[in-house]
Amino acid sequence: MKYTEDDLREELKTKEYEYGFYTDIESDTFPVGLNEDVVRAISMKKEEPEWMTEWRLEAYRYWESMIEPEWANVNYKKPDFQGISYYSAPNKKPKYESLDEVDPELLDTFKKLGISLDEQKMLAGVAMDVVVDSVSVATSFKKSLGEKGIIFCSISEAIREHPALVKKYLGTVVPQRDNFYAALNSAVFSDGSFCYIPKGVRCPMELSTYFRINQAGTGQFERTLLIADEGSYVSYLEGCTAPSRDENQLHAAVVELIALDDAEIKYSTVQNWYPGNAEGKGGVYNFVTKRGICEKNAKISWTQVETGSAITWKYPSCILKGDNSVGEFYSIAVTNNYQQADTGTKMIHLGKNTKSTIISKGISAGHSQNSYRGLVHISARADNARNFSQCDSLLMGNACGAHTFPYIEAKNKSAKVEHEATTSKIGEDQIFYCNQRGIDTEKAIALIVNGFSKEVLNKLPMEFAVEAQKLLEISLEGSVG
Amino acid sequence: MAFENLVDVESPIHDVRSEAIKTFEDEGFPSKRNEDWKYTSLNSILKHDYSVFPKQENHTEYRDIKKYLINDIDSYKIIFIDGKYSSHLSQTTHEGIDVCLMSSALAKPKYRPIIENYFNKAATKDSISSLNTAFSQEGAYIHIPKNKLVEKPIQIVHFSTGNESALMLQPRNLIVVDENSHVQIIERHQSLTENPVLTNCVTEIFAGKRSIVDYYKIQNDKQSASLIDNTFIKQKDESHASVHTFSFGGNLTRNNLSFYQEGERIDSTLKGVTIIGDKQHVDHNTLVHHIEPNCESHQDYKGIFGDRSTGVFNGKVLVNKEAQKTNAFQSNNNILLTDKASINTKPQLEIFADDVKCSHGCTIGQLDEDAMFYMQSRGIPEKEARALLMFAFSNNVMNSVKIPEIKQRITKIIANKLGVNLGFDL
Repeated sequence: MKYTEDDLREELKTKEYEYGFYTDIESDTFPVGLNEDVVRAISMKKEEPEWMTEWRLEAYRYWESMIEPEWANVNYKKPDFQGISYYSAPNKKPKYESLDEVDPELLDTFKKLGISLDEQKMLAGVAMDVVVDSVSVATSFKKSLGEKGIIFCSISEAIREHPALVKKYLGTVVPQRDNFYAALNSAVFSDGSFCYIPKGVRCPMELSTYFRINQAGTGQFERTLLIADEGSYVSYLEGCTAPSRDENQLHAAVVELIALDDAEIKYSTVQNWYPGNAEGKGGVYNFVTKRGICEKNAKISWTQVETGSAITWKYPSCILKGDNSVGEFYSIAVTNNYQQADTGTKMIHLGKNTKSTIISKGISAGHSQNSYRGLVHISARADNARNFSQCDSLLMGNACGAHTFPYIEAKNKSAKVEHEATTSKIGEDQIFYCNQRGIDTEKAIALIVNGFSKEVLNKLPMEFAVEAQKLLEISLEGSVG
Repeated sequence: MAFENLVDVESPIHDVRSEAIKTFEDEGFPSKRNEDWKYTSLNSILKHDYSVFPKQENHTEYRDIKKYLINDIDSYKIIFIDGKYSSHLSQTTHEGIDVCLMSSALAKPKYRPIIENYFNKAATKDSISSLNTAFSQEGAYIHIPKNKLVEKPIQIVHFSTGNESALMLQPRNLIVVDENSHVQIIERHQSLTENPVLTNCVTEIFAGKRSIVDYYKIQNDKQSASLIDNTFIKQKDESHASVHTFSFGGNLTRNNLSFYQEGERIDSTLKGVTIIGDKQHVDHNTLVHHIEPNCESHQDYKGIFGDRSTGVFNGKVLVNKEAQKTNAFQSNNNILLTDKASINTKPQLEIFADDVKCSHGCTIGQLDEDAMFYMQSRGIPEKEARALLMFAFSNNVMNSVKIPEIKQRITKIIANKLGVNLGFDL
C-alpha cells in the first residue's frame, strides 16, 4: 500500500494531542473574578510583605484603566477576565526532601511527559524547578547551585528570602503598566521562577523549568525574573505542555532578564501547549511579555520553538542599553489547523557598537495564520549599531497564511541594518530529488523542514534540540500537500 | 457643507461626491494613531488656513513655467494653474485618443460611459482620497482606445502661483488605457512662489489587456509645498504597468501607490529614488495586491537622507489564496548621511497562497568607505566621489526609465541637489 499525501493529511487531522491528559490533584482554587480583594488574597496566600501587596495593587489599578490590545494579527474570542479563577495551587504543599515524598500522581504526570525528575537528574544534570499550576512543588540540585552562590527558586520564595534583590529588579524591564497583559500579570502572578547568578560565576548546568497548566478554568500567570550579575553566564530552559481541554485557557506570563556588565544569558523555550483540536476548538491563549536588558558588553540570546497554543502573542525583546552589548533572537514558529501565531522580537539599540541578530522561521500548515512582527530601532546615540534580520516562511497547503510585519527605525547614520524575508513552499523538485533516492515523501518533508529550521535548532541546548526536532515532526506530520 | 453651492449638483458623479464628503466628515484627516500614518504626521501642514476654491484668475506666461517642462521632446501637455486648466499653455488632442480635461469629460454626455465605468472605481474610500473625490474639480482625462500606440508622452503639470496665501489643490486624474495600447505619462506638481501649498492628488489608472503604461512622477517642488499623492492602478491580463517616483523636493511628500492585479500574467513595477535634506519628509506607502495567478511585481526603492530629513517606506505585498505562482519582489535600500536624519521602514508581506516566490530585502547603511578611499586616491575629489557613489546607488532605478530625456533631467536634478558637475550623463 502506498502511503499517499492524502493519508498523511487524514492522519494529521485525526491526530489527538499526544500530551492531552488531566491530572486529578486536589486544588486550592479561588472563586472566579478579579478585584482588589482577590489581589490582596493572592498576596496574603503567598505570605508576601507589604510592599509587594502594594506593588500588585498598583498594577491592578493600571490594568483596570487599560484596554485589551487589538493590533495583533489574530482573531479570537476575548477571554472573560471576570470568569477566571486567579489562583490555583496543588492543595498539599509539603516541602519534599526527596522525590519519594512527592504525590505519586504528580510523578506519573511527569512520566507521561517524559520528564521524570530522576531521569532528568541522571541524564542531563539539569536542575528542575517544576511548576504545576503555579506553585513550585519540587526543586532539585539546589544544593550544588547554592555552593556557587546561585539562587534558583520560585519567585514567591525569593520575595520572602531575598526581598532586596526582588525589590531592586522586579518590574525594571517590564514595568507594571507596560501593556495590558503585563499589568494583569503583575497584579495576579501566582508564581514563577527566580534566578540570580553572582558576579563572575558560570552556571555549571542548564537551569530548567517545566510549566504545566493543570486545573480547569484557571489562567496561569507566571513571573520569571532572571538576574545575571557582572561577568556571569547562565543558560535557562523553559518548556511547556498542557492537558487537552475544550474551553480556552489564558496564559499571560512575564519574563524579565537582566544581564549586567559582561554577563551572558541564554534563554530557550519550547512551547507545546494544547493548540486546540482539528476544528480549532479549545486551545491555550498565550499572551506573553518577555524582555531583557543588556548592560555593557552583555549578551542576551532568545531561542524559541513555538508549536503549541491556539493563539500566540509573544515578542521576546532585547534592550541593548550598554555599549558593545549583543542581542539575539532565534525562533521557529509552527502553526497547524486553526492556530494563530503573531510572534517576533524587538531589538532596541541604545548603546554604541551594539549588535543584534534575528533569525525567524515560520512554518504554517492547515488553516493557520503565522505572522512575524519585529522592530529594530536604532536610536540617535547608538553609533555603529548593526542588525541582521532574516525571516523565512514556509507555507504548506493553500488554506494557511504567512505574514511579515518588520518595523525598522534608524536614527543614526552609522547604523547598518539588513532585513531579508522570503516566502516559499517546499519545492516539488526537492521532494522529487528525495523520492528518487528512495526517501519517501513524509521523510523528505521532515528532512526539508529540519533543514529549513536548522539555523535555529542548532542554537538550542542539546537535550532540548532532540525534543524540539521531535516536536516539529509531530506537529507537521502529514500537513504537506 | 458650505462648499455644496460651489459644487456642480448636476454632475454624473454627484452621488459619489456626497458619499465621499460623508466619509471625510466621519473620519477627518488621518492621525498618527492610524497604522498607515504611524510615521507621518500631517499636523504641521494642516495648520495653514488653506483656500479650497481659488477665485482669482491668474496670468502665467510660458516663460515662467518653461523650465519645469521637459521640452526637448514633442509631447502632449495638460497644464493647470492653481487648479484651473490653462488652455494657452496646454496641448491636448481628441484625434484617435482623448487627452483632455476632467471637467469637460464630466460635462459631455459622450464620455459618460467611461466616467460611469471607471470614475472612483479604483480609488480606495479612505478619508484622504474621499476628500479629493468630494472637492476635486479638475484634472487630466486620458482615454486611449484599443490598439493605439501613443507616440508622444503626455505631460501633466500642476502649477500653483501663490496668488492665494495658502492653497489646497485637489487634482483628479483619470487614465483609461484599452487593450493593446501603449502610453507614457509624466506628472509634476510645481509651485511658483513660496506660499504654502497642499496638493492632495488622486490618479486612477486602468490598464486594459496587454496594454503598457509607464508613469513617471517628478517631485522636485519648493519646500513650502506639500503633496499627498494617491495613485491607484488596476491592471487586466498581461498588461505591464510601471510607476517611477523621483522625490527630491517638497516639505512633506506622501505617496500612496496601489496596484491591483485583476488578471493573469500581469507585470507591475514600482520604483523610486528619494534624495532629500533639510527638514523634508518623504513617505512611500505602496501596496501590490496579487489577486490572480501567474503575476509578477517588482519594487525597488532607494533613499538617501541628509540633514534632518526623515524617510518612510511602508511597502505591502498581498497575495490572495488564488494567486498561485506569484513572484513578488521588494527591495528598499537607504543611506543615512547625518545623525539627525532618520528612516522608518516597514516592508510587509501578507501571503495566503503557498506556491509563490516572495521576498523582500531592506537595508540601511552608509557609503562604502573603501570605495571613497579608492576614488580619492585616484584624484577624484571627495564631493564628486560621494556623488558618484550616490548615482551608482540609484542607478538600478534609473536604468528602467524608458525616456532618455527624463533620465537626463533627473540626473541634472540630482547633480544640482548634490552640488556637483560630473560632466557626463548616467
